[in-house]
Amino acid sequence: MAASRRRPKAQTDSAPKQAASAEELLKYYREMLLIRRFEEKAGQLYGMGLIGGFCHLYIGQEAVVVGVQAALKEGDDVITSYRDHGHMLACGMDAKGVMAELTGRRGGYSKGKGGSMHMFSREKNFYGGHGIVGAQVPIGTGLAFAHKYNKDDGLSAVYCGDGAINQGQVYESFNMAALWKLPVLYVIENNKYAMGTSQERAAAGELFQRGSAYGIPGVQVNGMDVQEVRAAADQWVEYIRAGNGPVILEMKTYRYRGHSMSDPAKYRTKEEVEKMRSESDPIDKLKKVMLDGAFVTEDQLKEIDREVKAIVTESAEFAQQSPEPDPSELWTDVLVEA
Amino acid sequence: MPIEVLMPALSPTMTEGKLAKWVKKEGDEVKSGDVLAEIETDKATMEVEAVDEGRLGKILVAEGTENVAVNTPIAVILGDGEDATTNLSNIEESSPKTAAQPVIKDSGQRPDATMPTGPSKGPAAAPPASDEDKFFDKTVKKTVREALRDAMAEEMRRDPTVFLMGEEVAQYQGAYKVSQNLLQEFGPDRVIDTPITEYGFAGLGVGAAFKGLRPIVEFMTFNFAMQAIDHIVNSAAKTLYMSGGQMGCPIVFRGPNGAAARVAAQHSQDFTPWYASVPGLKVVAPYSASDFKGLMKAAIRDPNPVIFLENEILYGQSFEVPESEDFIVPIGRAKIRRAGTDVTITAHSLMVSYALAAAELLEKEGISAEVIDLRTIRPLDTETVVNSVKKTNRLVTVEEAWPTCSIGSELSALMMEHAFDYLDAPVIRVNGLDVPMPYAANLEKLVLPSPERIADAAKKACYRA
Repeated sequence: MAASRRRPKAQTDSAPKQAASAEELLKYYREMLLIRRFEEKAGQLYGMGLIGGFCHLYIGQEAVVVGVQAALKEGDDVITSYRDHGHMLACGMDAKGVMAELTGRRGGYSKGKGGSMHMFSREKNFYGGHGIVGAQVPIGTGLAFAHKYNKDDGLSAVYCGDGAINQGQVYESFNMAALWKLPVLYVIENNKYAMGTSQERAAAGELFQRGSAYGIPGVQVNGMDVQEVRAAADQWVEYIRAGNGPVILEMKTYRYRGHSMSDPAKYRTKEEVEKMRSESDPIDKLKKVMLDGAFVTEDQLKEIDREVKAIVTESAEFAQQSPEPDPSELWTDVLVEA
Repeated sequence: MPIEVLMPALSPTMTEGKLAKWVKKEGDEVKSGDVLAEIETDKATMEVEAVDEGRLGKILVAEGTENVAVNTPIAVILGDGEDATTNLSNIEESSPKTAAQPVIKDSGQRPDATMPTGPSKGPAAAPPASDEDKFFDKTVKKTVREALRDAMAEEMRRDPTVFLMGEEVAQYQGAYKVSQNLLQEFGPDRVIDTPITEYGFAGLGVGAAFKGLRPIVEFMTFNFAMQAIDHIVNSAAKTLYMSGGQMGCPIVFRGPNGAAARVAAQHSQDFTPWYASVPGLKVVAPYSASDFKGLMKAAIRDPNPVIFLENEILYGQSFEVPESEDFIVPIGRAKIRRAGTDVTITAHSLMVSYALAAAELLEKEGISAEVIDLRTIRPLDTETVVNSVKKTNRLVTVEEAWPTCSIGSELSALMMEHAFDYLDAPVIRVNGLDVPMPYAANLEKLVLPSPERIADAAKKACYRA
């Protein structure tokens, strides 16, 4: 997996933050595991017909969102595409509310009216959940615009995939963000396949360089290693907060499941997937780091497994017990009543 | 041609299943939606519905068979005149195949049993109250252009979250000089020149609005907003609903709409019906300078996305405008511009002046026309139109937009629903002709409605043509 290719000198000079503490590593492990177990459960509920429509699982990419979120602070905004369950959990949104939205129930974050691709939490500064490929990029740039307009210290983390990065509106956003030095971190989650089309067949050039014409620094990061993600995000978030404008982080990552639940993923070999799972899994990797460094005992890890499993089981139960929305909900939330 | 029914995939992971039970027998008539069989997967028992009509000609997989692979032909449906003796092995690979539709067994109520009545199903809703008339005791003559600028300036003074962005709005003072002096008063942080990047800045405005700012996004003309319509519809209009009410989008998209003069097809389109069809948007299209001012102030204060359709030809026209800064025109309320008894004419934007001119022509012929300025297109003030039609018993609708799926089409349908018994003549639509706008001066004139065409339509409605 490629390491960071283009790190400006500043980073190597000013020593990056100290290696993460044992406590932080445990937190990353727990968050990544929660996303994985949650997504596995979502896949299961989908197979049982309890979740309908499109359902895009994040399994394999957990280190990206957990590492980036660790570098953000209270008041920063997050926005992403339709592969969004992991981001919501990493933002601290309640697993019960997310799962109940997947099952289209009253207890879901959008009262059952949004579904997998359209969930939001103003409380947690999570701005969706967007189903149109690339649409979150100008919207997220607008969140950053609002931070600048309000002269607060916040920034906006805008996630998009290697497919979205070919949309024209992404470059319209890059241009304005660079022109106006907006506080925005663009995170490209390059999982190698835009649905069934590999990056090689869809994208000319390197993705991390896509902002270079606008003077936006771009860095490629091993998105399968949560510590590398965190280190890069830390460094560049600081750069953004200093008023230098936008940054692009290209996370080299991989999704184990199909594009959505109905994707048989015939565009790649079983061996390729198996190789990534066995050699580059972000959760296994962190587990090894922690055990090797004696930061954690097997018993502690088992305890985390149990906690996470309990959260996921509870969310699945809630998602099945929560009633469907009342039919009267059809007509609410179309407009804000003045 | 016989149609094969295939073993359906009832879950994304299912590769095979058990054919538990045939609900239909060979020879039974089947129609779309009939349950054909029950199939057991590793997770659930599901019913399989027919998609095609015909007769169940032959069952190919017997009840009780396990491990039936997905996509295996399980039965054949025959059409009229076909019989079970048809040699089924002759069904070619290219013959139509049908995947049966899985339905999860559900004991719940049918949705229509509890279908609540929506706003559109009730009687024509009353428009919001308005005190606008009381402000006309002290007025000053202003152009539409000045009225719009004043409205934006007053709201920007009142609310620091209001800002204006668009192409040429700041240093150039507006491509049509609508934003004159705003940069000087409010500075570059609140009056923002954008690159030519409609899709981008429309989306950026939506993001800013999600965070509680109140952007006014100017499109140099609405023709260019087609590049941005995804953000207007998918992001601005739908997110409140999709977020269960969390994520409001208080934004105004404004700019000139419709034909100007001699700018041909790509720069001469009336988008009113496009936006008016979208739940989650409000759409206004005023005519007079006072309405431009009062409705712009209402639009900026509205917590929802508002499409504010202006008109290039109206920008320079002058009207009396109330001096008071408290003057506001509520969204959703039409205005009777001229009272009459014989025929109702509805119009909005520039077409109001044509409708008024037509009413003058009609008066000379002894026909008394009532002219209603719709002002707001969504939500439409149906009550005011219905009440007028109850009096005149005739309706002519006027607009620049193409006739198909136009505001006139909508009003025509609304009259069927709310004023059917009062109509003495069919509703007549006067629209722009159903062609792209030609460049040649004579042809352009023929495309757009004219006072004469409107008067002719009104006479026809009065059986006087």
